[in-house]
Formats: sequence, C-alpha cells, structure tokens
Amino acid sequence: MTMLRLEGVTANYGHLRALEEMSLSLDEGDILAVLGANGAGKSTLLSLISGELKPSNGRIFFNDVDITHLDPFQRVRKGIALVPEGRHLFASLTVEENLLVGGSTRRQGSWSLDAVYDLFPFIKERRRSRGGQLSGGEQQAVAIGRALMSNPALLLLDEVSLGLAPVIVRDLYGGLRAVANEGTTLLLVEQDLTEALGVASQVLCLLDGRVVLTGSPDSLSQSQMITAYFGDGESAHKSERS
Amino acid sequence: MVWTNAVVQGLLLGGLYALFSVGLSLMFGVMRFVNLAHGDFSVLAAYAAYVLVEHAGGTPLWTFAAVVPMAAVVGFFLQHFILDRALGAGELSPLLVTFGLSIFIESALQQGFGANNDSLFLGPLSYQSWKITNTLYLGRLEVIVFVVAVALISGLQLFLSRTQPGRLLRATADNPRAAALSGVNPRRVRALATAIALATVAVGGLFLAMRTSFTPTSGSNDLIFAFEAVIIGGLGSLWGTLLGGLILGVAQTVGSQINPADGILAGHLVFLAVLAYRPQGILAARNAAL
Repeated sequence: MTMLRLEGVTANYGHLRALEEMSLSLDEGDILAVLGANGAGKSTLLSLISGELKPSNGRIFFNDVDITHLDPFQRVRKGIALVPEGRHLFASLTVEENLLVGGSTRRQGSWSLDAVYDLFPFIKERRRSRGGQLSGGEQQAVAIGRALMSNPALLLLDEVSLGLAPVIVRDLYGGLRAVANEGTTLLLVEQDLTEALGVASQVLCLLDGRVVLTGSPDSLSQSQMITAYFGDGESAHKSERS
Repeated sequence: MVWTNAVVQGLLLGGLYALFSVGLSLMFGVMRFVNLAHGDFSVLAAYAAYVLVEHAGGTPLWTFAAVVPMAAVVGFFLQHFILDRALGAGELSPLLVTFGLSIFIESALQQGFGANNDSLFLGPLSYQSWKITNTLYLGRLEVIVFVVAVALISGLQLFLSRTQPGRLLRATADNPRAAALSGVNPRRVRALATAIALATVAVGGLFLAMRTSFTPTSGSNDLIFAFEAVIIGGLGSLWGTLLGGLILGVAQTVGSQINPADGILAGHLVFLAVLAYRPQGILAARNAAL
C-alpha cells in the first residue's frame, strides 16, 4: 500500500529552484535511500515531507490524505517524524526529557522509553545528562529515539552518519534495521553510500533538484550510481551556463 | 541596625519585583521578545480588583481568585489572536504591537478612572507588623508578598521541570524548530507561556495595589523594575529572576537610606553595573533558555 506520494512537487528558496517537478511513491515498509551530492535537493525533499518547507507547486499525500499545507507538528501527529541534520537536541533538557518531549503526541505504538533504551542501551546510562553534554554519537541516538517516541509510521533521517566514527555509524544503522523490522517505513538521506545501500530496499538519486535514477540497490550498477551521483559532466556545464 | 533594616526591607520589596519579572522572563525565554505592555497588565489587574471590590465589597484578598484566572485567560487569547500574528510578521512587530497595547491600556484606564491615585485597602493587614528587634519590624503584608513570591517561583520551577506541559515550554524555549519537529504545537505552547506570564503579573499587580497606590500610568515603572530584575538575575533561571528582584529591592532601599531621593537611582546603577560587567546576568543558566 502506498504510504507517501509526491505529485509534481517543486520547491524554491527565493529565486533558487531546489527541487523541480518531483514525483515519488513510497510503499509501507520500504526503506528508501536518497542519494546525491551536496546541493542536489536531498534535505529539501525531507523539509517538504516534514512540513518545514511548503512546495511552490505540487501536492504531498500521506496515506491518501493531502498533507501539503499541514505544519510540521501536525505531520508528526499523522505519523511522520524527522531526525534533522545536526540532531537539534534540546541542549538544556536531559536525555530522558528529550525523549519524553518526543512522546508528547501520544500516538499509539510500541515505542516507549524502555524500548528506546533497549534499542540504544548506551544512552540509558546518560539519561540524566543534558543534551548539550553528549558526544555526537549519543546525540544522534537520542535524536533517533526522540523521533521514535512519537511512534511514526514514516521515519525521515537526514545524514545520520555525518561527522560520526564508523563504529558508531554501524551501531546506529544496526538500530535502524531493528526499527525497520518493526514495520516502520524509512526514508534516508545519506552521503555514506555503503551504510545507506546496505540497509535500503529502494534507491533514488537526485542531481540538481531532479530525480535521475531510481531502482533497487541490486538492480543498479556502481557506474550508474556514480554517474547519477556526480552527473555526466553535461549537467554540471548546464548549471554553470544557466 | 539601620542598614540591616534597609536590607531586610529591600529583600521583602524584591519579592514583589520578582513577581513582576517572572512572566517577562518566561515570555522572553519562549518567544524572544520583551512584552512592553507587561507592566500595564499588572495595573489592569489592579483596576479589575478595584472594580470588583467596589461592586461586591469585602476584603480585596478574595479578588485573587477572580482576577488571576481571568488574567490567564486574557493571556491565552491575547497570544492566540494578536501576538502570534505579530510574531509571524518579523522581529520588530511584537515590540510595536505590545507598545501599542501599552498605550491603549493606559489611555483606556485614564479614560475610565482618571489620573488619580487608587489603592486596595486591606484594613489592619496593610499596616500591621511583627517586631523582631527594637529597630527592626517586618510588615505582615510585605512578608506575605515575599512568601507568595518564593512559593510561586518554586511552584513554577516544579511545573517546568516535572510536568509534560512544563517540559514542552522548556523545549520550545530551547529549540523551537526541534520542538515543532517533535510534534509540539508552538502556538499552544506560546499561549500557555503568555497565560502564565499574565497570571503571575496579575498577582504582582494586586499585591502592589495593596502595598501602595497606583495610577493608570504606573505600569511603565513596573515594566522597568521587572526588566531590571530579569537582566540582573539572568535569563535562563527562574531563581535568577528572584535573585534579580531581591538585589534590585535591596539596592533601592539601601540607596534610599543614603539619600531618600536616590533609591530608584541606586537600583538603576546596580542594573547598569550588571549590564556592564556581567551582561548575561548573575545566575544565567548555561545552555538554558528557561
């Protein structure tokens, strides 16, 4: 069953077009990795789905309900949670308080404080520490846990691995596999191709705000993905000319 | 002993200033703007109590039960229908809107009540005191105001740290973007903050009206004292707000002891000194917006 549908969505930052006529369909239980270089439109896509950015054209549907004009907090209540790039923890609140704020929507589901601590046991030891006192990996785990506390049907993750040691990234992706196994649909924006392709069931490549490649990780060759990721040189020249 | 008396009286006065400043600090923490009509709402509460006592009679103390909840409701809807719109129109708009509100409230009160001094007379409680030593007396009302201020700030601190609505307020003050992405309705939280702010300043306004006289324009002074207390104590801590109120109160009474005409000036000088040497305030909490 289709959970998320984007129909001809265009997004601008002032005069700059960040995403153009994008259409996308995501089924329940899918794990979609969105790949692309800096400025390709990946984070813009997440901002559109989470409601932080409103499209200048097109519509967004979640479980067949038009959510194009809903605010971010309303989308969380519908079941869409975003783990933002940079984590954005509440620095003055403790780990436990951060998680409890995430649980304020009271959506029904299996995620609770105990379930989050089971998923990432290392943050349980720091539950009385303030968000601003945590390491990058701990902050990322709390950010994921906080999003899970709203019992989302769709979890959006923006650059989970950014700035973290590989061993921490492996732990976090281990947790995300467990989340996916619970039935949560994931949409990952990631520059770490190895981890993203290891977990994804679908891949979508963006280049200059357009979808240039889609498919399952197994069906796509490495050269196809490299071309889609960096462009074939033509698109770069085109952007420079425009 | 004269100085001890000045300090003790200053501490008691500081409790009243803390009542004025808590709401200002809360609104600034959550919305990052100074409500320029904050002092006028204290005067509005005082006049509301004055009218209630005029019509229903009895001791003014009962008016707390009517005026404080009324102030909270006014705060909720004021935020919902006026201030939220101003917040969406840029950083300067809320300042201009609250400045306009301040002028409107003062003008409306002057129209309705004239420019004369009014007060809420409590009977013997207004002048009775406890004798501590031959030279030190504690006014009963002043002590009550101080105790209420400490209890109210303690309660508010507990509310912010132990309850879910309190956590949501702190989360929104800390990182509004992350709060919205966690499912927190920012409009609801802002309305709650303004409701609490107006309820607390109403308590302060009623006590001020019981301690001394008030006029339609005395809100401007209340705003300045509240602002100074917040800056002295430091944004980010309710206890800092209490401390700021106490320091301001002591500075004023000690200044008055030196020269009766210089009490207010002494308070301003302490405020300027803190602003110059510790602009974040004395008890500014690290990483905390509330």
